[in-house]
Parts: sequence; C-alpha cells; structure tokens
Amino acid sequence: MTIVTSLLPIDVTLGVITYWLLLAFAGLLLQNTRTITRVIFPAGAIGALVLAAAALSGLGGPVNVAMLPLGLPDLPFHLRMDSLSSFFMLLLGAASIGISLYSAGYFRDYAGNKLGLLCFEYHIFLAAMALVFLADDAYLFMVAWETMALSSYFLVTTNHSIPDTRRAGFIYLLIAHVGAIAILMCFGVMQGGHGDYTFATMRNAHLTEFWASVTFLLALFGFGAKAGIVPLHVWLPEAHPAAPSPISAMMSGIMLKTAIYGILRVTFDLIDVQLWWWGALALTLGLITALFGVIFAAVQTDMKRLLAYSSIENIGIILVGIGLTLTFHVFHKDGVAALALTATLYHALNHAFMKGLLFLGTGSVLHATGERELGKLGGLIHPMPKLALLVLVGALAIAGLPPLNGFVSEWLMLQAFLLSPGLPHSYLNMLVPIAAAALVLASALAGYVMVKFYGVIFLGQPREEKFEDAHDIGIWERLGLGWLALGSILLGIFPVFVILLIDPVTQMMVGHTLGHSAAQTGWLWLTPLEPGRASYSPLILFLIVVVGVIFTMLAVKKYYHGRLRHGPAWDCGFPEQTARMQDTAEGFGQPIRQIFEPFFGVTRIVPTPFDKHPHYRGESRDRIWDYAYLPIAWITEKLSALVGRLQHGRTHIYLLYSFLTLLALLAFIR
Amino acid sequence: MNISGILLQLFQNTLVVLIAPLLVGWVNQCRAWLQNRTGPGILRPYLNLFKLFQKDAVLAHNASPLFRFHPYILFACMWLAASLVPVIATDLPLSPAVDVIVLVGIFALARVFISLAAMDIGTSFGTLGARREMLVGFLAEPALLMVFFTAAAISHSTSLITIVETLAHKQFVLHPSLAFAAVAFIMVLLAENARIPVDNPSTHLELTMIHEAMILEYSARHLALIEWASALKLLAFVTIGIALFLPWGIAEAGNWGAIPLALVALFLKLVAAGAGLALLETVSAKMRIFRVPEFMGTAFLLAVLGLLVHFLHGI
Repeated sequence: MTIVTSLLPIDVTLGVITYWLLLAFAGLLLQNTRTITRVIFPAGAIGALVLAAAALSGLGGPVNVAMLPLGLPDLPFHLRMDSLSSFFMLLLGAASIGISLYSAGYFRDYAGNKLGLLCFEYHIFLAAMALVFLADDAYLFMVAWETMALSSYFLVTTNHSIPDTRRAGFIYLLIAHVGAIAILMCFGVMQGGHGDYTFATMRNAHLTEFWASVTFLLALFGFGAKAGIVPLHVWLPEAHPAAPSPISAMMSGIMLKTAIYGILRVTFDLIDVQLWWWGALALTLGLITALFGVIFAAVQTDMKRLLAYSSIENIGIILVGIGLTLTFHVFHKDGVAALALTATLYHALNHAFMKGLLFLGTGSVLHATGERELGKLGGLIHPMPKLALLVLVGALAIAGLPPLNGFVSEWLMLQAFLLSPGLPHSYLNMLVPIAAAALVLASALAGYVMVKFYGVIFLGQPREEKFEDAHDIGIWERLGLGWLALGSILLGIFPVFVILLIDPVTQMMVGHTLGHSAAQTGWLWLTPLEPGRASYSPLILFLIVVVGVIFTMLAVKKYYHGRLRHGPAWDCGFPEQTARMQDTAEGFGQPIRQIFEPFFGVTRIVPTPFDKHPHYRGESRDRIWDYAYLPIAWITEKLSALVGRLQHGRTHIYLLYSFLTLLALLAFIR
Repeated sequence: MNISGILLQLFQNTLVVLIAPLLVGWVNQCRAWLQNRTGPGILRPYLNLFKLFQKDAVLAHNASPLFRFHPYILFACMWLAASLVPVIATDLPLSPAVDVIVLVGIFALARVFISLAAMDIGTSFGTLGARREMLVGFLAEPALLMVFFTAAAISHSTSLITIVETLAHKQFVLHPSLAFAAVAFIMVLLAENARIPVDNPSTHLELTMIHEAMILEYSARHLALIEWASALKLLAFVTIGIALFLPWGIAEAGNWGAIPLALVALFLKLVAAGAGLALLETVSAKMRIFRVPEFMGTAFLLAVLGLLVHFLHGI
C-alpha cells in the first residue's frame, strides 16, 4: 500500500509508456493474429485505463518533474506533468481504452506479419503521444512529435498496395513536416539566445511583443498543420479514408488534440505576453475552419471523408474557443476567459469520444459490407441493430443535440460569447456577435451532415446490393464502441463533474476557475456564472423527456387498442418503388452544394437525353488545391529545375565550380 | 422549488397539451373565413385526433424500431418545449433546467429525429422531405438562436424566466434590436411550423411539400401523435413570441391572484396571434423551394443585425 501511495502520477505514466513500448515489441516478435488481437490489444487497453487513472490523480495535484538520462550526452530528457498535461493524458487514456478494445476485434482478419507490424506502430504511436504531453524540453518534444508523425504515417499506409493510400500518406507526411519545421523555429525563437532548450528557460525568458507574435504565428502554423486548420487541412480528407478505421479514430480523436495541446502550451504557458489580435486571428481562422469543414462534409459521398471534414469543423470550434480565451485573457476578463477555456477543453474531450465512436462505427460498416461509398449503403439498421444504436449516440452527440456531450460544450461556448463583457475594441465588439452567429450556423449544419451520414448508411433500403448477410458487431467491437458511447452520454449528463476536473487547468492557464460557480447550486445544475443568468440541467432534461415518452406510451396503450398491421410502403400510392429512388448521398447534399456553390469547384457530367447508358456524376473539389497547393508545387518544381541546371554530371564543370568558389572566397576574405 | 410552483407547472403542462389543437383549429378557421369559406369549425383538430386514434396502424414492412419509436420522442420533446415557456406565471420549477439555448436544442433534436424517421422506410418522398426539412432547419435554427441572443443580451441572461421578467418590467420603449428580432422571429415561426410561404400545411400530395412528405408513411396513433406534436410546436412558438415581445400581463412569482387575469391575457393574445398568422398566410404565396434559403437567410441576417445593434449601441 505504501508503494502505491508513494507512486507519483508521472511514475505511473512513465510505466505505462514503457509497458506500451514492450507491447509494441511483443507484437512485432509474435506476429500471430490470434495472440495479438486476444492478448496484446486488450493489454494495451488496460495500460490506457491505468494512464487515465494516473492522469486523473495528476489533475490538480502538485506538478511532477523528472529527468531521464537518455538522449544525447549532456542533454537529458526533461519530463513534467502538470494539470494541462494531465488533462490531455486523461483524454488520451480514456479514448484509447475504447479504440484498443475495438481493435482487438477489428483486426481479426489481418495476416500475422502485417498485424505484428501494425501492432508495433500502434503502440509506438500511443507511447509517442503520451511523451508529447510529458515533454518539458524542446528536444524531447520534437523527438516525441516526430515519432508520433512517423508512426502514424506508417499506420496510414498500412494498405500500401493501393496507390491512393501511398499518395495520401505522402501528403500527410509532407504537411506534418512543414508543420514540424515551424514548431522547431518557434522553439528556436522562444529560447531567446540562451542556448538552453528546456521549457523552464522559455517560461523565464521575456520576449518582446514582436518576437512573441512571431512565436505565436509559428506555433499556430506548425500546430495548425497537425490540427488541420484551413488552409493546412488538406491531408485530413486524404489520410482518414486511407487508414484502417481504428487508426482514423485515434488520429482524429486523439492526435489532433496534441496540436491543440501544443498551441495552448506555447501560448498560455511558455510565452509571458499575449496580444489581443492573436485572439481575433485565432477566432477568425477557427470560424473559417469550422464553416469550411462542415460545408464540405455536407457534400461528401465517402463516409470516412465526411467524418474527416467533420473533424476539421470541430477543430475549428476548438480554435474559436482558444481565440475567445485569448481575447478575454488579454483584457483581464479572466472569469469569462476561464469559461471559454473550459468550453474549449470540454469540446476537445467530447470530440475524442464522439469522433472515435463514429470512425470505429464506419470501420464496422466497412468490415461488414466492404463498402465506403455512401451511395451504395443503406438499411444497415436491420442487419446491424446494435451498431446502429451505438452510432446513433455518436451522431446525435456530434450534431450538438441535448442531452448528449456535444451540446454541453457548445452551450458553454455560446454562454462565453453571450456573457462577453464589453471589450475595449469596437472591432472585437462587432466580431463577437458575428462569430457567435457563424458558430451557430456551423453547428446547425453539423446536424444536417449527421442526418445525412446516419440516414444514408443505416436507414432506408440497401441502395445497390443487399446486405442481409452483413454480420453485426462482435463482443470486442461492442465493448469498444459501448465504452465510447457511454462516455459520450456521461460527459453530456454530468457536466459539473467534468468542469471540476477541468478547473485545475483553467487555474493554471488563466488564473481563474469555473468550478466554484458552476457547482454552487449542486451537481445537478450547471450554472457557469450565476444561477439567474444561465442554467442547464441535462439530467433533469433527460428525465423529463424519458418520463414524457413513457407517459405518452402508457396513455396511448391504455386508452387505445394498439392494433397494428404490416403492409408495403405507401409513398403516395406509387407502386413501382425501388431502392434507387431514395436520395443518394449526393442528392442529400445537393441543396448545400447549390447554396454554397461559389465555395466548391463543382464539375458535373450530365448525360444527354439520347444517352444509352446515362451516367450522372457531380464532383466538388477543394479549391484550395487549385489556388494554393498546386501553384506552390509548380513553383517548387520550376525552382528545382533551375537548380538542376547546375548539375551536368561532367567532372570538369564541377572542377570549374570549385575553382570559381575558391576565387570568390579569396576575394571575399582579402 | 415549492408546492405552488409544482402545481403551476402541472397546470401549465395540462393546459398546453389540451389547448394546442384548439389553436390550430382557430388558425384554420380564420383562414377559411378569410378565404370566404365556412370552415370546418375550430374543434376539428380534436375530432381528427380522436378519429386517428381509433384506426388500425399500418407499418411498412421494412420499418425499423426508430420509425415506431419516433412519434413518442417527438411528442415528448414538443410537450416539454411548450410547457417550459412562461406564459401564465414566471415561477415554473422546471424552467431553470432549460434555457433558451437548450430550447433551441430540443427543437433541433425533434427535427433530427423526424428527418431520420422520414428516411427510415426509404421512399422517395420521405428522403426528399427529410432533406428539405434539414435545409430549412439549418438556417432557421441559427436565426432563432440569434433572436434569443438579442433578448438574452438585453436582459443579461439566457434563462427564459429572467428574460420575460426583465422585458415585462421595462416601460414600453421600442428596442430597435428587438424590432429586428421580432421580424426575424415571425419568419422563423412560419418556416419552423411548415406554414406558407415556406410550406403549405393544408396540402398533401404536392411536389413542394416538406413536412407532409416526411410523415406520409405514418398512420393512426403514430400520425395522431405527430399531428398533436405539430400543434404543440405551433403553440410553443406562438407563446415564445408572446413571452419575448408581448410579455405584459403575466403573473409574478407567487402572485396567485394575478393568474386569472394572466389567463385572460394569454387567451386574448393567442386569439390575436392566431388571426394574425392566418392573415399572413392568406396574403402571401408559397415560395419555390430554392427561394427558401434566401427567405431564411434574410431572417438570419435580420436577427444578427438585431444582435449587432445591441452589441454596438447597447439598445
């Protein structure tokens, strides 16, 4: 018992990281499908559970520091576990329990050697993410960050025999590294010429406003590339469909949050000054990202691409929260800043659960039907009722509907907008209501997207093939999905406890907490500032709706006969009803495409009336490719062609170069 | 929370569920009069509900549990929404559980469920209705929220009770921001309740239908519950409008003597609102479906303008 109590959270965390590394090597050596799925993945889930428990005890506790004598000589790894790290560690642990459990069932058909490699990369990926949260010097941070990027790259390219997968992996790797360079430069600026890359030095260094702004912009760019902030989002819709579903769930649910962690760590912890326009910039970028993501999600026809765009939207919402926090913090409105930061972190946690749930759900659909195209699915609620129920929870949660978790964080964020005190900047005062309107529009569109996602996959009739023999999910999948669904429900119904968990983080970052006022009228009522101003009780709401439903059912049952007949669908008496008369995924997104047509590069192939085999095709392209990425690629190619002219492969020309350089140097030195 | 509050809450719960069909009947009757028809009488909706409850329900072969379960969820949501709006007195014990943002969330929940249920059978009309409903909804929902935000910003609270108390106690001054919000709210009300010019409630079998297309496959008790829920939704919206823009006459907390007066005031306001709604529907024509986003976009912009006016000028 004394050993257990004397263990610090950081020791337990290091233990879990080591344990995951051991599991990784065990998987690599074993290469046996049965052992890996039945033993190693569940064992990984237990590690995640321990990690979550350690993080829970680390939240609000004293700051733990440690030093590992690894790495280069005279450059030991510095580790630090404070409330911010603990919160994100909790997110990592809690969400990856579900994903690891699910993986135990999902990968049962993989060949042993392939699965061994995947299991190795998977656990390295987990350990690297934990190390990112733990790092307390730029050196370890970059090592862990790059390990995370590389292991996830290999996970994305698991099915590397498909050319599209290789292409997606390349784009991901490229953008990850452009981002990594920016992060490296950001650390370089922050250390301010001390030659010491520990975070402790950076905290003590004082930056001028100019250099602080440069740092912030570099961090926003570098971490934004990982998070998928527009216009650096292009890798998400490519990489997510390519990766196996548990990997997509992990990347979207957890890895994107490492970037959020990075932005928060740099902006609120490592830099000591903040400027108001950073907040406005983050707010504006976040809104653009959120609206962009959700509008594109509405027109997707590939279910995993749709979810990838939805992730972009949620990252946008989180960035809006960061922008609000920054703005309020700069003007010393720390009560509201704490509210905005709580909403931000809450949304990050929620997104890990609900997006994990949805990505895993698409994995099961893919496994049962072999189909990723929404246009060929349909009616899966009949062969797969359990999966349909669990995915419904995730879809309603991400659409931001009460009483689930997505709603609570949006509610808190809207409260932060609404209770925003008068800011001493007329531009900001104008921005706040417009931002609130745009945010609300994005979350309403998320409802549209989720009706499309759920309705087209699970409801209606099967569109092209019959999926009657599609098998429902097995026990491991049920456990994994059930854990994430349960998390989504509990996070939605007991928000006060979650806010009390987040409190130490807001205390550390903006020096103010929400828990005291949030819990002042008991755990049942969520009151962010005062009970008179705003209050919400998800549990009571949930109970009223349940009581209302039961009461209505009983009343109808008692007073009426309840006779029921089954017949064919009526559909206004139209007899020749076929499955292809339902809306396709394209059809469902068509109004959005028509309204927001200027945003899309729409190409339509419309058949003529005389076409023997008419085939209609519409495609919406991401215009950022045309306007930003392709020109950059073109310029890079041209430049490298210019440089390439220097190379002829003839020795005497190279000798001439050396001679000229020597002459130039001599002239220069003299 | 006290006994009188609980009694009042139960009274309002019963009242709204009973008078909701009456409001629909009154609107239809007014419309008939305006169109020089005799009209079916204002009790017609009750008779319809009674008739529907007596019939045998017919379910399509491939209906899923979601389809059968949905009418109950819809009814419970709308009942909850209608019973939370303070129209008679301002001490409803359930009201702190649900503020205006949650109220919009409940409407959104109901909308998502009805759209999913419409897609469940997999008929062409069902999916078409679901798509259009979500199209109207994704613009109506933010517009409604912006209207609420304007009222909330004026009264520094998102709680419906506080909003109503603040607005009822102000002397009659015209808030420019509230005027914008009121116009936006009326447009949202028309769209959310499937009224002309967005949708036509008295149509069936029309290619432009939205709400009716979604519930084509329902029959008997399920249809009755949906119709009743629609009536409750109309009542909820009208009473929200009354609470935000015409709150005078409402009874104070604990003031039982004022309740009869408040009831009379509510009755008069509902009669006037119903007649006004019928008039609006009679003088306007149904729009093409792709004009609807413009209509809803106007409502959204007006509501945002109201909020901006408040934020920039504090009025």
